Amino acid sequence: MTRNLWRGAGLLTLLGWATGANAAIVGAMQRQPTNWTAIAMFAGFVGITLWITGVAARRTRTVSDFYTGGGITGFQNGLAMAGDYCSAASFLGITSQIFNDGYDGLIYAIGFLVGWPIVLFLVAEKLRNLGRFTFADVASYRFLQGPVRSFSAVSTLFVVAFYLIAQMVGAGQLVQLLFGLPYLYAITVVGGLMMVYVLFGGMRATSWVQIIKAVMLLCGATFLVVGVMAQVGFSFETLFARAIAVKTRLALEGGLSPAAAAAKGRAIMGPGGFIKDPISALSFGFALMLGTAGLPHILMRFFTVPNAREARKSILWATVWIGYFYALTFILGFGAIVLISFNPAYVDVAGALRGGNNMAVMHLAHAIGGNLFLGFISAVAFATILAVVAGLTLSAASAISHDVYASVFHKGDADPTKELRVSRITTILLGIAAIVLGIVFQKQNVAFMVSLAFALAASGNFPVLVMSLLWKGCTTNGAAWGGAIGLLAALALTIVSPVIWIAVFGFDQAIFPYSSPALFSVPTGFLAIWLISTLDRSPRAAIDKAGYPEQRLRSETGIGVHDPAMH
Amino acid sequence: MQTPATPDSALEARIFADPRYAALVRDRQRFSWTLTAITVIVYSSFISLIAFDKPLMARPIGGGAISLAVVLGAVMLVGTVVICAVYVRRANGDYDQRLAALLASVR
Repeated sequence: MTRNLWRGAGLLTLLGWATGANAAIVGAMQRQPTNWTAIAMFAGFVGITLWITGVAARRTRTVSDFYTGGGITGFQNGLAMAGDYCSAASFLGITSQIFNDGYDGLIYAIGFLVGWPIVLFLVAEKLRNLGRFTFADVASYRFLQGPVRSFSAVSTLFVVAFYLIAQMVGAGQLVQLLFGLPYLYAITVVGGLMMVYVLFGGMRATSWVQIIKAVMLLCGATFLVVGVMAQVGFSFETLFARAIAVKTRLALEGGLSPAAAAAKGRAIMGPGGFIKDPISALSFGFALMLGTAGLPHILMRFFTVPNAREARKSILWATVWIGYFYALTFILGFGAIVLISFNPAYVDVAGALRGGNNMAVMHLAHAIGGNLFLGFISAVAFATILAVVAGLTLSAASAISHDVYASVFHKGDADPTKELRVSRITTILLGIAAIVLGIVFQKQNVAFMVSLAFALAASGNFPVLVMSLLWKGCTTNGAAWGGAIGLLAALALTIVSPVIWIAVFGFDQAIFPYSSPALFSVPTGFLAIWLISTLDRSPRAAIDKAGYPEQRLRSETGIGVHDPAMH
Repeated sequence: MQTPATPDSALEARIFADPRYAALVRDRQRFSWTLTAITVIVYSSFISLIAFDKPLMARPIGGGAISLAVVLGAVMLVGTVVICAVYVRRANGDYDQRLAALLASVR
């Protein structure tokens, strides 16, 4: 992709860094010499996780084992959610964004965090009380199963597909960058390992891969932050003051007048060019905030804990770890400004990072902990991608086997052994599809795909979930068709927005001028559900509405809740 | 269908009839919507402040290097965790106790 296209994509491209796609990696990248320390560390991680998968496989016999992993605590689930949510690209992307422009990186980070309270306040406990394996269990609870589950499965596949493509392409490029392995190897290794985890270990192995990865990421980042803070006498004031001094000196060397250079140096402490257009900014903010509450692989994690109480604790812990992680990335970005800006080993004469735009934290790791620690951080980044893709694959496989095969085709009477087999076959097909898509999209700008996944989840799944849980007037037709309209609205608005309409189709003017559809497509989804339900005079609509009080009672009290540890 | 094997409609009828059930649902719902509204309003204000008044956000606090934007950003990160903690504390404490008492007396 050309640099111009990146600028054209503007906001979305930048957002791609934080959302898990790898805009900057696509931008300027050189393959690195093969890094054996990193490969050895990564092999160690893979060895441990495969051993866990082996243990998990011996205990994965029933469909419930496969989908829920037999139950974990709220604390463990919180860590697994953090592992699922903090992508390698946000680690590399946010720190590099701060290294280049200062404050702006924090704005994305905050957008990602504020989705969690919404999940907690509106859906988490009701979801846990009503559901068993997938969020469609909850969305279709009192409705005709076929239409609502079909919608949920289609919507899950859309969201997962976009998220997965971005992760696979990102993984290939990251591995090329960090390990010096060819793209094709990298994609095949990621796809293959993810298949093994999910196929044999199901949710139990996936959870532990995510937990181990979260602990490694948090420990590695903490160690780096301590290293940075030790250099500045553990004073934030000194850290920021030195970062301003560095940026001022760089601007002076670039030929600016002393006054202009001082202003440029100070500019890193305030918001810069990231938010130009308030509507786009708010729209993207809403996609992040509400999309989190509609991501199938995140919602599925609630069924791994026994009750609403543990589900709430999971979110609190997830928020603690994710918030802590983003605070660390902020400090690391400024640490990178101070510690690597003038080192010719890390930055070339033009001031660009060696090895590509996203390498700031990698160079910082080398500056603080040498080759060994660089290897460790590289291995963590790769492990991170594996954990995210395993969670995505599991949620898509469940949508096919549990929602489509068992509930729609077999009306809930599928043979559990066959259901398990279907989910495993689906996992293999998804693994192959992920590898193929990763190769097909290798040269494409995938940066906007994760933000698109968030926008789709916010416009389809989120309204359906909220309306079916909280509005007694919602009907089968309203949920299935209204949700589909919200989903399509988000998709259509994205196609006619600048990132596709101008950059891909080559039109001069975009029909929809903003970079994220959520501010418009989310209300469309809610309105469509309300309108269709209100006009619905079918006999089924009466049954749907009559079922509300019982559903509400169960969602509020937890009577009849499915414990993942009981079979 | 996901409906658990033993729907106990007599138990459910007793819960519906109990005024403590309606009160619990109303209180918890009001609390969760209040916190949702706070989250949405605070976050929208933060984004709007950045969109409309960048010079204000870049202003240093107390003459040092740390700016208003950094302080507000930190407040947003910490505040998000705190608002979750506030909800979990009340939901896992007060509300769960009321629910347990209600279920114990109708069973």
